[in-house]
Amino acid sequence: MPEATEKKMGPWGRFLAMPADNPVKTVIVAVVLCLFCSMIVSAAAVALRPVQAENKVLDKRRNILEVAGLYKPGIDVTETFNEKVEPRLVDVEAGTFSDAADPATYDQRAASKDPARSIGLDDDPASIGRMAKLASVYIIRDDQGGIEKIILPVHGYGLWSTMYGFVALKADGNEVAGFQFYEQGETPGLGAEVDNPRWKAQWPGKKIYGDDGKVKIAVSKQVPNADTASYHIDSLAGASLTSRGVDNLIHFWMGEKGFKRFLDNLKAGTV
Amino acid sequence: MSEPSRKTMLVDPLVDNNPITLQVLGICSALAVTSSLKVAFVMALSVTLVTAFSNLFISVIRNHIPNNIRIIVQMVIIASLVILVDQILKAYAYEISKTLSVFVGLIITNCIVMGRAEAYAMKNPPIESFLDGIGNGLGYSLILMMVGVVRELFGSGSLFGITILPTVNNGGWYVPNGLLLLPPSAFFIIGLIIWAFRTWKPEQVEARDFSIIEQEGGH
Repeated sequence: MPEATEKKMGPWGRFLAMPADNPVKTVIVAVVLCLFCSMIVSAAAVALRPVQAENKVLDKRRNILEVAGLYKPGIDVTETFNEKVEPRLVDVEAGTFSDAADPATYDQRAASKDPARSIGLDDDPASIGRMAKLASVYIIRDDQGGIEKIILPVHGYGLWSTMYGFVALKADGNEVAGFQFYEQGETPGLGAEVDNPRWKAQWPGKKIYGDDGKVKIAVSKQVPNADTASYHIDSLAGASLTSRGVDNLIHFWMGEKGFKRFLDNLKAGTV
Repeated sequence: MSEPSRKTMLVDPLVDNNPITLQVLGICSALAVTSSLKVAFVMALSVTLVTAFSNLFISVIRNHIPNNIRIIVQMVIIASLVILVDQILKAYAYEISKTLSVFVGLIITNCIVMGRAEAYAMKNPPIESFLDGIGNGLGYSLILMMVGVVRELFGSGSLFGITILPTVNNGGWYVPNGLLLLPPSAFFIIGLIIWAFRTWKPEQVEARDFSIIEQEGGH
């Protein structure tokens, strides 16, 4: 650069003319670049959040329809959901329906992080820390208006991630109609095989509770015998910890601290 | 060597200097996302855009990138672009973004993006770098789509989800080849593509590291 122009350059020009390896310039370039990039990234994240949230709701609803056996490719998810599915809230500890919040807008995940609306767990096999007092359940009614299926939300820790899913039970509160996760971050090809249709196909028809009323369903590597056959879910090969996570979360959510009281009440007709 | 024309910059990486078959870069994602064409297409598009724009931006500021932190600077730019792509996919192609899952994030570590930034964009002007990015992205896309066609057609009897060979499961006659739906099959297919390319253009065959010496004399 000719010397005559150097004085007219101002601070910006002088900065640009600095050799790239100058330590001051190195720091400035790094800071400016990071600021700029983080601004772009956060702007995109904030601007696109509403659309993404909408997708998530739609995806969750599609999963509810799938687990209830109502989903066919090409149907209008929102319309079918509004028509067939009745969202309700359940007070998990009392085992009764609750009208303390609006089921349409209630966010169970946010509630489980709020100390006022959740219970800390000491005995916590599903490794979830806190449990929301109210849980969003979904009811499918038959033509006569009786309960045909009831869909319960479950979640628990696998190997890397908290897996969120649904258990659909028949009206007897014991026979499984469907089971699947709608959100999980397990190892693709191993733990993520919880999404494999062939693995999920094991669930329908299995029973949760044994004759003594305890949770008997188990995800295990054992070869099932005549006694356990209708309670047995085969573990995923190569994913022992994810399988154990699924086993733990189903035991927790179907057990005394989970939905057992609610299901008992439902069976007795006291809710 | 004379300046390559802009057209050759775009066409060259398709066959003559293909990032996958000649430089053997970016294999990992090619294995993971090619079991269906739709997913492969979105991945190919994302990688092409990221390569092109990272090349462009890096080239624009190439004279001001301090040499000792240049890899970090490149990574910051590439990572930002990839996050942008990921966010857009989550908003407008949710199903596909769920299938692609971690592999969108892994574009950051795709050797093609980084390789072009370091080898080309750091030394060349913006427009040329942009075209180079597009060209290399298309080269990657071409192979991805070729692998995708084979895997989806023979693995599930369809192309872009449209049934071509009706499978036995759906009452047709075609028994799908399950191996093609698993990632290792892409290794075989890419291997065959590389073999085909190098038979067609023998100049791509690498020189042997060691040649076998003729045995001299007898015992």
